[in-house]
Amino acid sequence: MTATSTAPESGSAPTEPGGTDASGTRLLWLIRPLIGLVIPLLAVMAAFAVGAVMLLALDADPIEGYRALVIGAVGGWDAAADTAIKAMPLMLVGVGISIAFRTGVINIGGEGQIIAGAIASTVVSLAVPGLPRPLLVPLVLVAGAAGGAFWGAIPGALKAYAGVNEILSTIMMNIVAAQFLSFLLQDLLIEEGAIKIQQTRRLSENADLPLLPGGTRLHIGVLIAIAVAVAGYYLLFRSAIGVRLRAVGHNRDAAEYAGMSVKPSIVQALALSGACAGIAGAILVFGSESHRLIGEGGAAAFTQNAGFNGIVTALFGGLHPLFTIPASFLFGGMLTGGIDLQRELQVPAALIVALNGVVVIFVVGSLKLRTRLRRWVDGLEEAG
Amino acid sequence: MTKKKPLILLLALLAVFALVAAACGDSDDDGDSSASASETEASDDTETTEADDEEAMEDDEEAMEDDAEDTEEAADEGGVFRVAVVAPSASNDLAFSQSIVDAVNAVAENRELEIDITDGTFIVEDAAAAIRGYAEDDYDLVIAHGSQYGAPLEEIAADFPEVSFAWGTAVDTFGLPNVHAYTTRSDQGGYVLGTIAAQLTESNTIGVVGPIEVGDAKLYVDGFVNGVGVQDDGVTVNVNYIESFSDVALASEAAEAHLSNGADALTGTAQMVVGATGVANENDIPWFGTQSNQTALGEDIVVASQVYKWEVILEEMIAGIEGGTLGGEVYTLTFANGGLVIEYNDAYDLDPSIKEAADATVAGISDGSIETGVE
Amino acid sequence: MSDFFTVSVLIATLTGGIRLATPFLLAALGETVGQRSGVLNLGVEGTMLIGAYAAYYTALQSDRAFYGVLAGIGVGFLMGLLYAFITIVLHAEQGISGIGIFLFGLGFTDLAFQRQVGTPVPVDGLPKLDLGFLSDIPYLGELLFRHNPLVYFAFAAVPALWFMINKTTFGLNIRAVGETPEAADTLGVSVAWTRVAAIAIGSSFAGLAGAALSLEVGVFQQNLTAGQGFIAIALVYFGAWRMVGVMSGALLFGIVSATVLQWKTLGIVSGAASALTSMAPAVLTIVVLIIVSRRIGAPAALTKPFDRTG
Repeated sequence: MTATSTAPESGSAPTEPGGTDASGTRLLWLIRPLIGLVIPLLAVMAAFAVGAVMLLALDADPIEGYRALVIGAVGGWDAAADTAIKAMPLMLVGVGISIAFRTGVINIGGEGQIIAGAIASTVVSLAVPGLPRPLLVPLVLVAGAAGGAFWGAIPGALKAYAGVNEILSTIMMNIVAAQFLSFLLQDLLIEEGAIKIQQTRRLSENADLPLLPGGTRLHIGVLIAIAVAVAGYYLLFRSAIGVRLRAVGHNRDAAEYAGMSVKPSIVQALALSGACAGIAGAILVFGSESHRLIGEGGAAAFTQNAGFNGIVTALFGGLHPLFTIPASFLFGGMLTGGIDLQRELQVPAALIVALNGVVVIFVVGSLKLRTRLRRWVDGLEEAG
Repeated sequence: MTKKKPLILLLALLAVFALVAAACGDSDDDGDSSASASETEASDDTETTEADDEEAMEDDEEAMEDDAEDTEEAADEGGVFRVAVVAPSASNDLAFSQSIVDAVNAVAENRELEIDITDGTFIVEDAAAAIRGYAEDDYDLVIAHGSQYGAPLEEIAADFPEVSFAWGTAVDTFGLPNVHAYTTRSDQGGYVLGTIAAQLTESNTIGVVGPIEVGDAKLYVDGFVNGVGVQDDGVTVNVNYIESFSDVALASEAAEAHLSNGADALTGTAQMVVGATGVANENDIPWFGTQSNQTALGEDIVVASQVYKWEVILEEMIAGIEGGTLGGEVYTLTFANGGLVIEYNDAYDLDPSIKEAADATVAGISDGSIETGVE
Repeated sequence: MSDFFTVSVLIATLTGGIRLATPFLLAALGETVGQRSGVLNLGVEGTMLIGAYAAYYTALQSDRAFYGVLAGIGVGFLMGLLYAFITIVLHAEQGISGIGIFLFGLGFTDLAFQRQVGTPVPVDGLPKLDLGFLSDIPYLGELLFRHNPLVYFAFAAVPALWFMINKTTFGLNIRAVGETPEAADTLGVSVAWTRVAAIAIGSSFAGLAGAALSLEVGVFQQNLTAGQGFIAIALVYFGAWRMVGVMSGALLFGIVSATVLQWKTLGIVSGAASALTSMAPAVLTIVVLIIVSRRIGAPAALTKPFDRTG
């Protein structure tokens, strides 16, 4: 397999925060970062214009619709809390994806890794439900990370030592994980009850993620996600491991030649990536309204497709763990506001999915334009 | 490269416009869309007073005592009873979700009702958010139509003691005074359809395409298998759970697998059976439907469908809520209360004697003289 | 278990496997063409859905399944142009653009279906071929000569695309821009246009794959493909960018799926074991790849945009 890092080519600026050009006139120095903001914003607006056409086609008022969307996403503390909760798994998966992609490994297995983390953490909480809360909460999170890391390490090892392409294995591992979850929730882990529902019983209260003060449903999981993003940044850009991983991602052969352990790096990258998704899985279980693992109607009932949406989030954040944070809030807000849009205007939920796709297409399409404009400004600077 | 760009741009734009135009274009069934449009209009009015909510949350007990008054007040103020439905699949899936939407609309034919629907919420936390949103908007009844919604509902319902919730299919009200549960004895219809199928089969083999062995799908399948066995124990029923509620292609292939093993009558349950009915159509094999009337899926091959008439219990439930009973009841659709109905396809030439026997079985189940053998 | 090893059941299983394999074989072949030119398209699932819906809706309106096939190919082609515009002209990152297409297709088809059709109305799918005496040969007839035309098209496309990639100038260009776009450019091959053409072909196949699916089951439903587009992408890697390899993968996955279904039907596996056996196609695909262990590299320029102006 050849190294196929998708990161460096995107040419997106977030990879070098702050910029490198100190010289030049004040004005241009001000304009430059503005371009970075304005172009994607214009792209989002253009996407929303397409969305407005779709709303009109559904006999719905676009202005009303977007009002509902925005109010649903950020109108009030409760809405903002919901957005943050929705952003959490996207952020975690996104950080993991950033680590993998920068090592030159494409991880499409977020869904499976979320499920593995959720299963591991659920099993732990069922095994030692009586453990005091200050111990059990960290323990289930660690279990989630371990489950996800294990599920990620398998395709990692297959790639490093058996030459199995990771895109193939991670896609297949998603299917395996979803079926395994379905099996567990039909048999070993299903709640005893009159009607068989594919869910566990309510898990130990000692594993409930503590709520943050403020009277919203915001729980500590969001802070954990942000902490993981910061940790991911340090790991990738401020540690020896990160240097090695990125070197492998940049040029596998050169890294090998330089005496770096390439194969273990690949396993590590996918394990770390899986660990992030696994933590998301644990938080989705213990931070949910129901405090249990629910798989009725398919695994997406609880993964929320975050394994896929997280890839978009990561790429939006320029594969930089810190920039994944705002990117996840953008998508979290759209998903949360979408529920209100659907409820208030009685339009199908599918509209939001389609709109998300349009936003992704427009923004990703605009990135090159942004680089071009930046270069043009740089040119002016040099001339001036 | 530069000079070629406009052409590509043009083509791409064309592609986008073609797609958008396709969506905006003709909609043959204006019946459907106009109905939803009127629902939309209805949902716009009636602003809620947030203060009420907060007060209620601060002092649950007091609010509970005032329940009866509150609801009367609500009835006086708005006049119109407001119902919200949250369902996991599309509201026109000819299966589980459609059954409740049809029922709410049926109730609305006899009385004034304001209806809002959030469908396609297979993500449980999204459903929870929608349920909470409707509760915050002070709906009189919020229906959580999915057994997987029960766990979050238990947490939400406690926060809104003045709102009535209904949860199905389920038999548990969590001991909360504002939660109703509703369920269906889908094994009863399965049993009756099984007796009919046993009389139609000539190869003495019948195929069942199921999703996952849980919930009312399992009830239906178990009832069907027992019905076949009681009617004719020489008939083999092959049951095939495809482990998915959505994989239409797999459901189709499961039906083919049944045919290759000699099945000459088929049934199945859940949204993905549209794949299996296609195979039945193609091979002219009789099909037995459940949840909604599935005649539309095969005009020539659907023998009969077990139809859920949730409206029977919804009317009862709404009357109770207006009288001040916000929850605590478990409602069950049965043949006896008219909540389950076998609807025959007139276009299918079913031997009258078989139909008579089936009617007798329905009567027997209704008066308790026949047991389906499913617990 | 002995029930399974009868000729008729084995033949039925193989037949079912071929039928199940057809949609993702078509999609995987198309994706292979695109990837050989250096473009990874993760949007196959979305394009398949749009193709499936277009084919279904056209067949519903016109009562001609054949028009549905054309519609599927047509919208696949258009989606290909859209994707090419985003990734080649705008130089957008390929992975993310593909997921954008996936999300758009998933939501858009659901929306259009609810708006234009509503409840699932069955359409007459493609007729099964009747080759007279050939179709009547015991066992062999069922296995080989009683499929719908798209099944034959899919398998005929394997040698045809192999020929195109390996024996034609156009194929040479595709391989060149997929391996060393700079060199191809120096030799006067238009990297952009070659890739646009490869994507358009690949995407048309994805649209056709969708049509094959919706016209085989004769109905459309939200998320009809249920992950088949991603399986198709995985199969490209299974086949190591070779058409025959891709076909082997598709057949492996399809036949194992059909076998699992037969076992469930015959009651060989039941209850919770039924969920476990549903993992078999995915697990076996990985296991077989480990055993075969072919180490053919990806096209060197895969996912790398080419920009002469720099």
